[in-house]
Order: sequence, then C-alpha cells, then structure tokens
Amino acid sequence: MAEILLSVVKIAVIVFGFVMLVASLMTLLGDRKQSAKIQNRIGPNQARFFGFSLAGIPHFLADGIKMILKENVTPAQSNKFLHTIAPGLVFVPALVGWAVVPFMDHYCTGTVQTLPQMNYTEVCVGGEWKNYFSIMHFNSGLLFAFAIAAVSVYGAAIAGWASNSKFSLLGGLRSSAQMISYEVSMGLSLAGVLMIYGTLNLNEMVRMQGNMFGDWLPMWGVVVQPLAFFLFFLAGLAETKRAPFDLPEDESVIVAGYITEYSSMKFAMMQLSEYAATVFIAALIAVIFLGGWQVPYVYADGIRFLDNHWVPFGEDAWYWISIFLRIGAMVFKILFLVWLQFMMRWTLPRFRYDQVMTLGWKILLPLSIANLFVTALVLAIL
Amino acid sequence: MGNVTVKNVDRIKQTLWEKSYIPEILRGLSVTTSHFFRNLNPNKEKRTIFTREYPEVITEYPERYRGLHRLMLRDDGQVRCVACMCCSTICPADCIHIEAGEHDDPTIEKYPTVFVIDELRCIVCGLCVEACPCDAIRMDSGRHIPPSLERDEAFFDRDLLMELGGLSEAKQGGQR
Ligand code: SF4
Ligand code: SF4
Repeated sequence: MAEILLSVVKIAVIVFGFVMLVASLMTLLGDRKQSAKIQNRIGPNQARFFGFSLAGIPHFLADGIKMILKENVTPAQSNKFLHTIAPGLVFVPALVGWAVVPFMDHYCTGTVQTLPQMNYTEVCVGGEWKNYFSIMHFNSGLLFAFAIAAVSVYGAAIAGWASNSKFSLLGGLRSSAQMISYEVSMGLSLAGVLMIYGTLNLNEMVRMQGNMFGDWLPMWGVVVQPLAFFLFFLAGLAETKRAPFDLPEDESVIVAGYITEYSSMKFAMMQLSEYAATVFIAALIAVIFLGGWQVPYVYADGIRFLDNHWVPFGEDAWYWISIFLRIGAMVFKILFLVWLQFMMRWTLPRFRYDQVMTLGWKILLPLSIANLFVTALVLAIL
Repeated sequence: MGNVTVKNVDRIKQTLWEKSYIPEILRGLSVTTSHFFRNLNPNKEKRTIFTREYPEVITEYPERYRGLHRLMLRDDGQVRCVACMCCSTICPADCIHIEAGEHDDPTIEKYPTVFVIDELRCIVCGLCVEACPCDAIRMDSGRHIPPSLERDEAFFDRDLLMELGGLSEAKQGGQR
C-alpha cells in the first residue's frame, strides 16, 4: 500500500508538478517571451492581474480559458473515433517516458561512502538504496524511453490520416518519415555511450558519470562521447518536431500539418505534448550526456576535489544538502537544455524537406556509425 | 528582337568551414543569445527594445505625417477655401464633396457651403493639399483618422474640419 502511495506521489510531483508545469510555461515563456527578447520586442503583456502584467503569466491562463471555450470542430468526412483519440495517443507517450528519468540517486537508509580508490563510486553502508527520486527503477530504462518516444509518432500519423485533409495527411507522413530517419541515428549515437557505461539503467548511467578521469575531470557523457552528444542533440531536435525541423507543421507549405484540423482542447493537447516531448528529450540528454543529477566534486559524503575532502555542515546535514543540490542540478540542466532548444528554434531557419532527409541519412547516420566504430576500436585497444 | 544574352553569375563558394555549418550555427546562436540577455537586463535603459507601447504611450508623429484633414481659416475666422474644386478634381479616391456658394464679400467671390470629406474613402495621398491654390486644406493635424462604427461618422464636414484649422502663414490679399 505504501509503495503504491509513494508511486502516486512521485507521479504527481514529477509529471504534473514538473513536466506539465514546465511544458505549459514553455508555451508562454519559451515560445513568446523568449522569441520577443531575441527579436527586440516586449512580447505579450496585455493580459493583466489588477494592473500588473506579471511577466505575461496571465496570458497563460487566458490561453487556457480560450482553448477550453473554443468550439471543438471535427471535420465532416473524418474518422471521428481516430480523430478523437489521436491527441491522447500523442499526449500519453510524452508523459509515460518520465517513468524512468531519475531526478536523484536512490536514497540510502544507512550512510553513503564515496570511494576515491574505486573511481569515486558511492556505496551505501549499513542500509539499502530506496528509490524515492524516480518513478520507476527499471533496468532497461533507456530502451523503455526510446520505445515510448517512438510510439508517439503513431499519434501524429493517425491524427494526420483521420482528419481527412491533404495537409494533415502530408503532415502525418512527414512526421513519421522524419521520426524514423532520426530514430536510427539517435539510437546508433547512443550505442557508443552504452558500450562505455555498459548499462541501460539510466540511474546507473548517471552514477557512472560521477567517476573521474585523473581525479579532476568528471566522466560525463559529453566528455567521453562529444560527437555522440552533438548527434543526439540534433536528432533530438528533429524528434521533437521543433524548428528548424518542424517540417510536419510547416505552416507556409501545409498549414499546420497533422494538427490542421484540430481545434479547442484537442489542439491544446497536441501542442502541449510537443512541449512535453521537448522537455523529455532535454531530460534524456541531461541524463545521458550531462551527468544527470551529478554536480561535479559534490558527493553524498562531502566535497572532494583532487585529494581534498570537506564536509560542510556535518555529515547528516550534508547528505540532505547534497540531495537538494543534485535535484536542483538535474532541474537546472533540463531547463538549460530546453532553453537551448528554443534558442536553436529562434536562430535557425527551417530546412527544406529533402535537406532534412539528407541530413538524417547522409550525414548523421554515417557519422554515428563512425562514432560507434571508433568507440568500439578504442575500447577494444584499452 | 535582340539576342538573348546570358550573364553568368558566379556562385559564392562556401568554404569547408562554412559548409560544416557548426561554426556558423554557433555564430548565429551567439547573436541571438546576446540579444536575449541584453533584453533581460534589469536596467531598462540598456535594453534594445523597439516596441512602441501604443495606447499607453502616444507616439509622436513626424512633422510631415499626413493625418486628418483640416481647413484653414482667414484672419476673421471664416473658411479660407474658395471652392475652386481643385482638390475634389484631383482626389483619386473621389472623396471630397464641395458645393460652392456666393460670398457676400465681392472680393472673395465663392466659398464652400458644403465641404465634406469621406475619410473612409480617403487614401491619404495628400494630393488635395498639393492641389489647393490658397493653402486652405492641410493634413498636418498630427492626428490619424479616428475609427468609426457607422459610415456617417466618417463624413467630416466643413465645420468639423475647421475646428482643427488655424491661420495660414500665407498673406491674404495677394501681396507678394
Ligand atoms: S488625401 Fe488624397 S484621397 Fe484623401 S482627400 Fe486628399 S486627395 Fe483625396
Ligand atoms: S480646399 Fe483648396 S483646392 Fe479645395 S476647393 Fe477649397 S480652395 Fe480649392
């Protein structure tokens, strides 16, 4: 019973408290305010609470109310059933993937010790690890995340097909072709990382990234696999269907792609899940390449740099401080990556569709295979 | 007909540096990021925001802005227009309606009994101002044409136009 309650609390905090909050704030802060700042504008500030514009936050509520009150139009010749469930098919995978994202190491009921002689591995002495900071402890977490991310394309394809509109159909096709092309290089770019860490468990992966090269350089994914980081970031951008890869909803060519025929809350759900997918990809990049919840030199039993070891505020207090520092680091990394993705969106113009395919199949794929090959060679020699 | 000549335009060759895109993308990112952070500066003076917050802050129009028409006045406050019809003739939108009447003063001859401009039809070209021989119509009121819910409200008649009017700098009586 306690287990179930714990899971429910974790789901509520992570999915609704964090993901949905970030995703819905992104619609306003990321999309409109950030673009406004980049383009030397002010951005939306006209919806006010008692005369205060509050950095445009009331717009976010106004949008919600507008979306709910709008008429929900279903095209006459469309497949009503599929048209109705498609937003759900897009929305659910965007949230389910969060089950395996660790926001912090497991909680140790005993005391944590860091072993510098064993490459700064943390062990739990006189107690056991309790999984409090990720929804699910899952040995093949990465596979699960990938499977879920791939499933979300069904929603887009079905939405495109069920709308009975040429634009929607084209959008759905573009979206599925793009997803399939980039999934390949995404997976291959990660193969090198998997070879190095030797695990599919995301939390284990983050722990390995606490290891040090020569006592001072954290073994983050971006350090050991810089090319893979770059490939994964690009492929991730393409996966989330945001500009410069937003061909599935290329408004100058196919109106709004697979969401052309959607209105009201269904439209809002489509949009929100796109933002949620952006946050999810950011979380994956943070976990795999940027050390997840790791803060360099900060360990559960104090700060270690080279041969020095400090324990500020005493052992017990420091354990809690390190927990908050690490959760903060994870959240910060995710927000930073989301910010970076939006920066890319407002910096680069949209590709042509053939360019997207060329980039995916002719550049990213060979590069990721080469990366895999070189990594394998280096690992075999070492 | 003349021969077709082909002019070869050399394509600008991209260097390998540019073709790899990454340095150029980073350069673009640095531009957008610098704008982003500059416009987050807590000191609002240092931001480079060009938005005009229009209804709250009224924008100053430039001096030669063509706004709402106004009819200029004589020294004694009468309308300066002599109903010569130059403006209504040249008006490309055909939106000036003038009915001339005989003036009591024999030196003036005519004056407009009715002078209506349909501001909805006006395309704000300014030709009427150019055409007027006696500086009787101007568009330098510095206001734009107010919005109206009814068509009739956009018909600005003589007295309304004269309210914005003023004395002309031109001397009356033909002395040069
Ligand atoms: S500004 Fe142009 S369109 Fe308007 S009244 Fe004068 S001549 Fe006609
Ligand atoms: S406003 Fe000027 S151009 Fe028009 S009728 Fe009067 S005097 Fe003539």
